[in-house]
Amino acid sequence: MPALPSPPRFSGFGLGLRREHYQDFLGTRVPVDFVEVISENFMIDGGQPRHILRQVRERHPVILHGVSMSIGSHDGLRPDYLRRLKALADEIEPLYVSDHLSWSRIGDFSSHDLLPLPYTLEALDTVCDNIDMAQEALGRSMLFENPSSYLGFEGDMSEWEFLAQMARRTGCGLLLDVNNVYVSAGNHGFDPHAFLDGIPAEHVRQIHLAGHSQGKELLIDTHDQPVTDGVWALYAYAVARLGPVATMIERDADIPPLAELLAELDMARGLALKEAA
Amino acid sequence: MSLLALQSDFRSWLTGASGDAGRRLAGACDAGLRVYQNNYRAQLVGCLEQTFPCLRAFVGPDAFLRAAVSHIDRRPPSAWTLDAYGERFGETLVALYPDNPDVHELAWIEWAMNTAFVAHDSLPLDAATLGAVEWDSARLLFAPSLRLAPLTTNAVDIWSALNEGREAPEARMLEQAGAMLVWRPALLVRIRVLDRATHEALSHARQHGRFDMLCALLVERLGEQAGVAEAGALLADWIGSEVVVGLAPGEDDHAS
Repeated sequence: MPALPSPPRFSGFGLGLRREHYQDFLGTRVPVDFVEVISENFMIDGGQPRHILRQVRERHPVILHGVSMSIGSHDGLRPDYLRRLKALADEIEPLYVSDHLSWSRIGDFSSHDLLPLPYTLEALDTVCDNIDMAQEALGRSMLFENPSSYLGFEGDMSEWEFLAQMARRTGCGLLLDVNNVYVSAGNHGFDPHAFLDGIPAEHVRQIHLAGHSQGKELLIDTHDQPVTDGVWALYAYAVARLGPVATMIERDADIPPLAELLAELDMARGLALKEAA
Repeated sequence: MSLLALQSDFRSWLTGASGDAGRRLAGACDAGLRVYQNNYRAQLVGCLEQTFPCLRAFVGPDAFLRAAVSHIDRRPPSAWTLDAYGERFGETLVALYPDNPDVHELAWIEWAMNTAFVAHDSLPLDAATLGAVEWDSARLLFAPSLRLAPLTTNAVDIWSALNEGREAPEARMLEQAGAMLVWRPALLVRIRVLDRATHEALSHARQHGRFDMLCALLVERLGEQAGVAEAGALLADWIGSEVVVGLAPGEDDHAS
């Protein structure tokens, strides 16, 4: 099969589209360059969600961000999942289709959580085979996001080395979640700057910013808080190295009024502008 | 540890808190394992709470949580989407509350409304096409969102009250069992209570898919004139309310 084109470059600022803000996006001109939706919420047969997405798509570029592809599953990907995702992508013509470097399914069990992978050569082969299958099925290159993790395994390489090899072997793009770097670095004791220095800048197409919480023993990726100062500092470091990259605020719980998220997005714009100067 | 072994152990840990699997996965670092198990169970409980809000209000949060935990232990999720996790919750409720048809029927309503909400779209039947229909062989095409189930209690009244934020009436058995019909004209899901005769007619029409078979049933029940009139009235109602969304030529027409 001929190589798929790389995901396009896009350097705007966007938000995750959540139900609480549907009316804002349908009734007003929200100052964002793109919106990102959870793919699975729209991989449905019909009804209001898909109807709303079509209307939003008329106003904004859309990114389809999945949580259930399970790209690290030992037993491969589900054809029914890929068929639904392709049908959605073909209709919406998204800016990007993305998912996570994680796994959630084994056999007939789907955990519906982003479970961690060992960064081994065996896992790299599995992930690359699955990415090849997904990209071929979809007819487009995807982005994959570094997850937050609470458990590490013995491996053959670091997470950023794994991401770099994965991107080079499959041609996929990277979705850099700066909050996840911060959370995983705190939980596993690595230097987040080493992570950012280690990923291949030429493959990064999007950045996620989000909030987290301090659990009893670990940092938890809750997406229910504003972006923290530590994550902002890491974002500044990232954009200084990567240059202009599509950036968005990701909030999934305790959703505030849209104006609060737009204010956070302005902060991202300001930091990116400052680092570019 | 191979990837397959790791993923098998993770499943054992999440679904059964297997100590052996946990030790192989995490060694001494079990704080992370606990986070994953908490995420797994909390997400499934949250999914059931979101899918069955009126049922939860009806039985109370503690009883609902016990039922949710029981369901998670009985039926680990398997579908590609978390939204499907409520599909077999009704079976768990039947096992836990065998003598509470109100609970079973309330759960059915909420699940049916959830699935009808995202069912395939359909358009209302164009009345202009009705004049050309060969009624003796016409096949009835029902809305893809249509769900139909027997109703023995006042579960629909209970659901309506709770859905509108009112106090639910006390559960009771109906004097005569009927049915509940859930479907989605355009984008809004609707629910309707059917009496036994209408339930039988609709079930018969769905089973056979032909208008002449519906007429035959009602003629047998009501006599020639009244039976045909009743079939026509039912069909007019189903077309008007978008329960029936299409009429297709019968097999005889295809053969010609």
